[in-house]
Amino acid sequence: MLKINDLHVHVDGTEILKGLDLEVKAGEVHAIMGLNGAGKSTLANTIAGRDDYEVSAGSIEFEGQDLLELEPHERVGEGIFLGFQYPVEIPGVSNLNFMRTALNSVRKYNGEDDMSAAEFMKLIRAKASELGMDAEMLKRFVNVGFSGGEKKRNEMVQMAVLNPKLAVLDETDSGLDIDALRIVSEGINAQRRDDTAILLITHYQRLLNYVQPDVVHVMIDGKIVKSGGKELAAELEEKGYADVA
Amino acid sequence: MAATVETKQQVEEMAEQYKYGFVTDVEMDMAPKGLSEEVVRFISAKKNEPEWMLEWRLKAYRAWLKMEEPDWARVDYPKIDYNDIYYYAAPKSQDKPKSLDEVDPELLRTYEKLGIPLREQEVLAGVEGAAKVAVDAVFDSVSVATTFREELKKAGVIFMSISEAVHEYPELVKKYLGTVVPQRDNYFAALNCAVFSDGTFVYIPKGVRCPMELSTYFRINAENTGQFERTLIVADDDSYVSYLEGCTAPMRDENQLHAAVVELIAHDNAEIKYSTVQNWYPGDKDGKGGIYNFVTKRALCKGKNSKVSWTQVETGSAVTWKYPSCVLAGDGSVGEFYSVAVTNNYQQADTGTKMIHQGKNTSSTIISKGISAGKSHNTYRGLVKVMSGADNVRNYTQCDSLLVSSECGAHTVPYIEVKNPTAQIEHEATTSKISDDQLFYCRARGFDEEEAVAMIVNGFCKEVMQHLPMEFAVEAQKLLGISLEGSVG
Repeated sequence: MLKINDLHVHVDGTEILKGLDLEVKAGEVHAIMGLNGAGKSTLANTIAGRDDYEVSAGSIEFEGQDLLELEPHERVGEGIFLGFQYPVEIPGVSNLNFMRTALNSVRKYNGEDDMSAAEFMKLIRAKASELGMDAEMLKRFVNVGFSGGEKKRNEMVQMAVLNPKLAVLDETDSGLDIDALRIVSEGINAQRRDDTAILLITHYQRLLNYVQPDVVHVMIDGKIVKSGGKELAAELEEKGYADVA
Repeated sequence: MAATVETKQQVEEMAEQYKYGFVTDVEMDMAPKGLSEEVVRFISAKKNEPEWMLEWRLKAYRAWLKMEEPDWARVDYPKIDYNDIYYYAAPKSQDKPKSLDEVDPELLRTYEKLGIPLREQEVLAGVEGAAKVAVDAVFDSVSVATTFREELKKAGVIFMSISEAVHEYPELVKKYLGTVVPQRDNYFAALNCAVFSDGTFVYIPKGVRCPMELSTYFRINAENTGQFERTLIVADDDSYVSYLEGCTAPMRDENQLHAAVVELIAHDNAEIKYSTVQNWYPGDKDGKGGIYNFVTKRALCKGKNSKVSWTQVETGSAVTWKYPSCVLAGDGSVGEFYSVAVTNNYQQADTGTKMIHQGKNTSSTIISKGISAGKSHNTYRGLVKVMSGADNVRNYTQCDSLLVSSECGAHTVPYIEVKNPTAQIEHEATTSKISDDQLFYCRARGFDEEEAVAMIVNGFCKEVMQHLPMEFAVEAQKLLGISLEGSVG
């Protein structure tokens, strides 16, 4: 599904990713682990197409398509979702309106008609309730006044509504208490299917107790230096990055 | 490239996207260029005005000659040569048609292009199930059509051009004209009193709730011409009216002057809701051309428990100087001001309100949202004044500024004068920048950049937009989107 080849990325003139290779197939969950500054978030932002992340060499293919040719919203249309480490507040815009506009943008991109208001309400209520989000939260402004856990939960509801092929979750577990972590994990597991893939970016092992990855990668200084099964995460926890790499 | 940089570039292209910039080709009847007593007499004669009206104008003209153009606003423009302007321009075909069928088809086409329904069977373009809206269409200096007059008349509502009202209801006009904005009020108001050519007169009788929205659509067309319209709305005891004005002008390289006066009078328990969508030509991306919009709007809440609510969405004009205000004279009266002002390129806006609390238990609310882009400057200037006899006054003011570029300016200049210790005054102000984070968050949810900017800006303006009549809120939201078009690929 996702094929990254020798990716080099500069941010503000500094090279952050220095020749990264990664392949994620449908049905797989990959975890990328690394210390702060290793380039994990840069990878997530580059996949989503953020400005200022300048790809100087290498390629990203998504389902055989050159992803780097596409605008951020087109990537969403193709089925890529980025779960934010720090979800952004948008005052004055209700969560409902935001999600409905998002969903209809994606549908429009794929040549589908807008979803009717009634159908959308049914969908979002179901997804919110599955993820334990109070329906009142849907009426509130996007992320405004949400706690850290509520913001992450909101990301999961958005993911469930957009139902992406590939979800890239950037430190979705950070700042969560144990209950919130469990709910977020359930959201991720619900998204786990034969036809979807998930890329978890984290620097703690604890999320991986709830979401079992198929592959664990260790990232140091802009490269993946080691890959393995889920036991690699436990090894990292025990020995630290320096020894494992 | 940062998203905001791209947005800025798109915003700079906005001038080319002004879609009302066309010119209508009709033969015009003009006054001689320049301003003199003769020109004032010419305008008055054109309208067959009674002697009292001419005298009123001349008095204003003589006062104006002795007045100074104000320079305290945070706007900068070359000196205006008041003798290089035409003060009267009317389509020649226009000997006030008796019905819409007699209106010059070229003019009807103009309003059609602008999306203004002059045919009564038509509803507002693009809005499904829109309510009926009565329209007075003012083209340069004269009113060319007023719709739904008969239906309104049945309800006892007077809705006509002010020049007709001078003839048909001289007592009402005499009683109220200049009572809220006197002739000598300020330089531009005095000028308007001398040369005002047309505008709208509305009278809602006692106990009547006006059965439909009323609106006036102002269009400047002729070259080198100023538009000086005069609007007078009187709501008698226990009545209600909602009124909307819209404005556009062709794209021209030279600046054009628009100096209007609007007076509102609300008697006991009456309510007037006055909404404006101002989209005069703002000039091009280098700041060439555009309308100078120097407007005096004031409401007198004369009666007890009367209420006036101003809502404005200001996206146009090269220079805006405008402070829709409320004199809260009646005990328990309420004044509201909701404003969105968008400036970009070299536009300058100095706008706000004055709430003058004279009566007891009066209250006012001010919500101002300024959005600056390009190299523009956007100033909120407001006064909250509480007189010594006004017990238990309440005011809440909130001024928020949103910056879209790094070269624009947002300024907030609040004045508060309180002479009564029982007053409760609150003032909040914020300034923020539209962030790359917000833009990227929206784009990472499938919005293209235009949609992202429009969504963030509309969110920012929500508290104001929700006060517009529903039919116009849709239009105004689109207008905000167009004004701040984001980048596409």
